Amino acid sequence: MMNPACRLAGIPRGESCRLETGPPVAVFRTEDGEVYAIDDTCTHQDASLPDGWLEGREVEYPLHASKFDLRTGAVDAPPARLPVRTHQVLLEDGTVYVALSDAPPNLPPCVAARLAGGVA
Amino acid sequence: MRTVAVIGASLAGLSASRSLREQGYDGRLVIVGAETHRPYDRPPLSKEFLTGKVAEAELALEADGEDLAAEWVLGACAVGLETGERSVRLADGRAVRADGVVIATGAAARTLPGGDGPAGVHVLRTLDDARGLRDDLARGGRLVVIGGGFVGAEVASTAAVMGLDVTFVVAGPTPLAGPLGPDMAAAVSVLHADHGVRLLCGTGVRGLVGKGASPAVLPSGLRGAEATEVSGGAAGRGRVGAVVLDDGRSIPADIVVVGIGAVACTDWLEGSGVALDNGVRCGADGTTSVPGVVAVGDCAAWYDAASATHRRVEHWTGANERPAAAVAALLSGGTAPPAPPRPPYFWSDQYGVRIQFVGNAARADSVTVEDGSPADRSFLAVYRRAGEPVAVLGVDRTKLFTRRRKQLATSVARGATA
Repeated sequence: MMNPACRLAGIPRGESCRLETGPPVAVFRTEDGEVYAIDDTCTHQDASLPDGWLEGREVEYPLHASKFDLRTGAVDAPPARLPVRTHQVLLEDGTVYVALSDAPPNLPPCVAARLAGGVA
Repeated sequence: MRTVAVIGASLAGLSASRSLREQGYDGRLVIVGAETHRPYDRPPLSKEFLTGKVAEAELALEADGEDLAAEWVLGACAVGLETGERSVRLADGRAVRADGVVIATGAAARTLPGGDGPAGVHVLRTLDDARGLRDDLARGGRLVVIGGGFVGAEVASTAAVMGLDVTFVVAGPTPLAGPLGPDMAAAVSVLHADHGVRLLCGTGVRGLVGKGASPAVLPSGLRGAEATEVSGGAAGRGRVGAVVLDDGRSIPADIVVVGIGAVACTDWLEGSGVALDNGVRCGADGTTSVPGVVAVGDCAAWYDAASATHRRVEHWTGANERPAAAVAALLSGGTAPPAPPRPPYFWSDQYGVRIQFVGNAARADSVTVEDGSPADRSFLAVYRRAGEPVAVLGVDRTKLFTRRRKQLATSVARGATA
């Protein structure tokens, strides 16, 4: 199912918006104008990827040097070892729609425990 | 080049090994590690690992299925380097002959003079150290942390959040005064009091007192970061009971963590011909005084053009990023022009607050809070020298900090090519 996420005009190039889904999703618009949606949270530690360093189609996690490919979610370097989950994006009439993935998310252990109702 | 030996199997050694393969080296690769563990990540050792949120398996730095086609020699300590024939001697008598050598032996935690001290006294550097501290913290009680660096500040934070009674003893004016500069370090250090940690600054430690029948004071002779010789330091028996400060105060302690810095592991290079000066003295690309030998990570003092000095930068990010340049220099015989490294960067999580820093505070002549407020425990500060930014501090300002970090890296790169 395609969920309306935001207006395209609401995301400047090189910026992102966050969907308060569970877990949250980040929609990135690259400097070239492409739009991608991935899980908001790094797979290694509890930090929001939109706070990171967007370069081309890669976002560098804000704390350390792992970069995630916005197209595939693949990670290039430690300490993150798992890819971030990607979501399908559709642009229509200036609106960004996101189809949330059915795949299980790769959340860092502390976030996974919190979402499962464990100790934060 | 047919054989490259990487001496050190932590982040810098692993990163160098990866860089070798990525840059097309397909010869024999021997990775020597003093510890028995495969490469693991250290930052969680003072944080989530101690609370049990992160388990050992999650510390692994190698990806599942990753294969560097390397020969791993673990639990083996390098004790000598013959630069003539480029051979690394190991403690067990073996030798590894190599055409290229990457020195990545890191640094070891400094300890209080006079031995390991009584039970309950910890340093925190390795996984084995962290296991011991984790087990002790789980028993609860009164913790005294000695030393105002990252290890001390993070352990104090972690233990306080775990519910321990924590006293944090710092020789300097405030924790992290070196890396952050005194003003901003003071602004950050209020976090400790916010969370019920007693912060005692400006005092050294005279010694440790054992519980029960132990000697009255086991001299440590520690004043600030300056450890001095002590007489009769055989501290070994019994469990710690208190820390005695320079002013005579005695702070009861069930657990003590000593976080007084680290010393580059370069003893094994003495007399080898590799120039040493508080670490392996390197060019701006990790090249040493000996051709075919480069050094990376915490043991390496790379030349820093901005401050015109050789600096050891003991940060995770440098250990991860810089080996690529050193490997390029090694494989090209030093002819590859070095790319300017990104400015030194670190982060620290304390009490759920994210502290990030980039640049070199020591170069600044002014520092200004430009966003948020220290009173709110959330702010961004810019350090300048003659008006030009040389460092940025972010406290729970991740997004803004990332932008400023990018700007600083861009201006450094531009400055290097201008």
